[in-house]
Amino acid sequence: MHPAVREIEKTALKDNIPDFKVGDTVRVEVEIVEGDRTRTQPFEGVVIARKGAGPRETITLRRIASGVGVERIFLLHSPRVKNLKVVRHGKVRRAKLYYLRRKVGKKARVKEGRIRRPGAKAAEKKAPEDETTAEDTS
Amino acid sequence: MALGMLGKKLGMTTAFDEEGRAVAVTVLELPLNSLTQVKTPERDGYAAVQLGLGEKKRPNKPEAGHAAKSGVAPPAALREFRTADVESFKAGDVVDISIFEGVTAVDVRARSKGRGFAGVIKRHGFHRGPKTHGSKAYRRPKSIGASATPSKVYKGKRMPGHMGHRWVTAANLKVFRLDAEKSLLIVKGAAPGPNGGFVVVSPSRKVARVES
Repeated sequence: MHPAVREIEKTALKDNIPDFKVGDTVRVEVEIVEGDRTRTQPFEGVVIARKGAGPRETITLRRIASGVGVERIFLLHSPRVKNLKVVRHGKVRRAKLYYLRRKVGKKARVKEGRIRRPGAKAAEKKAPEDETTAEDTS
Repeated sequence: MALGMLGKKLGMTTAFDEEGRAVAVTVLELPLNSLTQVKTPERDGYAAVQLGLGEKKRPNKPEAGHAAKSGVAPPAALREFRTADVESFKAGDVVDISIFEGVTAVDVRARSKGRGFAGVIKRHGFHRGPKTHGSKAYRRPKSIGASATPSKVYKGKRMPGHMGHRWVTAANLKVFRLDAEKSLLIVKGAAPGPNGGFVVVSPSRKVARVES
């Protein structure tokens, strides 16, 4: 990629995205434009995939809504996707949690907690979204 | 002012517009162009300005001589743009990206990526034949016409051959952003040719037609 193009990509990135990984449960708010008015819709779910790089990075969230599995893909850096918050840290051993689709009930859960690498906490403190640090000591 | 500029295609990326939509954009670099020659109806039979891009490392004598006339370094590429008001231009001037200030759409001309000798599926979008059941025409053109009548193959029949590496114009690409400081023009959509390729950018002819 040409350095000038990389510069342009950098300007499109959000700087307030908290540190989160696949397996974490996150909550986002999406702005929905209906005609000339906009409203925000929250969505909470387990991050089952993080794909792409730069402004094209997406996350796939999965949740069970009234007994039905619902997955939504969000463009992480889109200005319409707002207030991403980490609700719960998950402990997983793979990068994509597509296996959750085949699991129901108790098996479709992700274990809580995560072994932290040294330095990870310090990096997180720098991020503006700080409520994540408090929770993860569990 | 139907002028244009010469530049380079840097690459594509994703950007977000003011409504938050993700759009595919192409980044074009339009560095300073030198004005190498002004052509007038009296002397040349038509009115145009000739622009040069970059610097040729080893110009031959005619190229060096031509550039010396206008007092600029021999450019790597030369291109003419027809324009009525040749009086406002002078050989030896420089043209910068500010000519695209306020322009909403541009045409981008470039040589497309070469595909070599391509078959009929890639080149003309034909469908493939069956894979099995004794088929001998998986990716082949098959019949190219009827027999005794007309007993010839029509001209222009789409067949395999060389594809790409021809001049292509991407018309009416909307200007997404203009960075005068870095001489970058960012347009919506795709421009022909490889990254790093030579491009000729001019204000959209479609917009010009609507305005006149």
